[in-house]
Amino acid sequence: MPRVVVTGLSAITPIGGDLETSWQSLLSGKSGVDKLMRFDCSEYATRIAAEVRDFDASSYMTVKEARRMDRFCQLAVASAKMLMQHSGLDKDVMDMAQCGAIIGCGLGGLETIEEFHSKLLKSGPRRVSPFYIPLLIANMAAGQISIATGAKGPNLATTSACASGLHGIGYAYSDIMLGRAKAMICGGAESTITPMAVSGFNAMKALSTSNEVPEKASRPFDLDRNGFVIGEGSGLLLLESLDNALERQATIYAEVAGFGASADAYHMTAPDDSGEGMALAMRQAIREAGVSPEQVDHINAHGTSTKLNDASETKAIKEVFGRHAHDMILTANKSMIGHTLGAAGGIESVFSVLSLYHSKIPGTINLDTPDPECDLDYCAHGSVSRNIRYALCNSFGFGGTNAAILFKKFDE
Amino acid sequence: MSLEQKVKEIVVEQLGISADEVKNESKFVEDLGADSLDLTELIMAMEEEFDVEIDDEKAQEILTVQAAIDFIKANQ
Repeated sequence: MPRVVVTGLSAITPIGGDLETSWQSLLSGKSGVDKLMRFDCSEYATRIAAEVRDFDASSYMTVKEARRMDRFCQLAVASAKMLMQHSGLDKDVMDMAQCGAIIGCGLGGLETIEEFHSKLLKSGPRRVSPFYIPLLIANMAAGQISIATGAKGPNLATTSACASGLHGIGYAYSDIMLGRAKAMICGGAESTITPMAVSGFNAMKALSTSNEVPEKASRPFDLDRNGFVIGEGSGLLLLESLDNALERQATIYAEVAGFGASADAYHMTAPDDSGEGMALAMRQAIREAGVSPEQVDHINAHGTSTKLNDASETKAIKEVFGRHAHDMILTANKSMIGHTLGAAGGIESVFSVLSLYHSKIPGTINLDTPDPECDLDYCAHGSVSRNIRYALCNSFGFGGTNAAILFKKFDE
Repeated sequence: MSLEQKVKEIVVEQLGISADEVKNESKFVEDLGADSLDLTELIMAMEEEFDVEIDDEKAQEILTVQAAIDFIKANQ
């Protein structure tokens, strides 16, 4: 089967409008969490969020195109355009029937649903726009990316809540291995900082309510963590068969070594506290790579800042890696970018690959008081330089869905 | 603002084009690049703005900016 490599990266995050800005912010420990501004949240228990500020869709598309997209699609298309530039993939040279797009999205165009539902109640069914359905469907990010880039290969969304983006990358990798495509645009995009999402997550007690100290609210693995901070963004990778990448002399940022996916078969929203389901996904990714757990040096953890996830994930990592778990450096990007839901696996994979490529691991901020249940090295004292060979990236989602991907420093 | 100006403003807004492209004789599809979904939404926006009802049969005859202006003038 063909080897699969990463030849392009892009990100729009609450800490940067592009890849380089986001990465530098991450290394410097900058929080993207602030007062929630996207709607009037004065009546809400949670009034903070990790928003993408200063995003101007018209820098990437025409005004008309932007009007025909929910914000999650605007973010996806903007980052896809930056991805194509970063990868140097020339659509006039590449057979674009061999290039697909799998873009994870947890909820879809929720903002669109809310807008038109209000309109329906206020003005009746004749006022619901013909663009309502095409704006909201979760696979429209992949669809719009195909229109924007000319990619005519496999085109779909993966939707597995907060693991959507990582599943997108995992199955895009499989498509290249199986010969269905030579290149795949993949990752995740999400933008649901909306009244319905915040009230729904609030009802579940899933969100942090540390409204007075926004930049301190997201604190994965800290004893005083009290829920996740909702974020938005897009993180995409270009995966490519090694042959295709070498032929066009592309810059190779990492190799995809293995992918694992599993289910808890346990509860709708709570992770199995034994960590068994999470461990299954991590083990499968390592097994597929044909390496031993001791060869993995770094984990970009799911680390959401919820009581349950961070304890279960720590337990699962210890289950998989045994004593070696204490020798690895982990990190939780969500401490700065919040939880971007379906985009998280995309964004955090982008940063995992950059860690391998630049030999730098960003820190976990706000880890001030260690939790006895979370006793690994989460890189709590700022970013570190470390030559790493294998980096694992985890994403877990409601429904008890788990995904893990293993990236390898590239050598021919 | 005159009715004519208001119609043109809606066309500019809905189709995401610049104001100087919109002439009275402009055809929505051929000249202004509208597709079938654009047309449906354009008609809806005019119904809402001018509080008129434009049934599907009638809507199919509104192919130019002038036709829209004439219809609204006659039915408002």
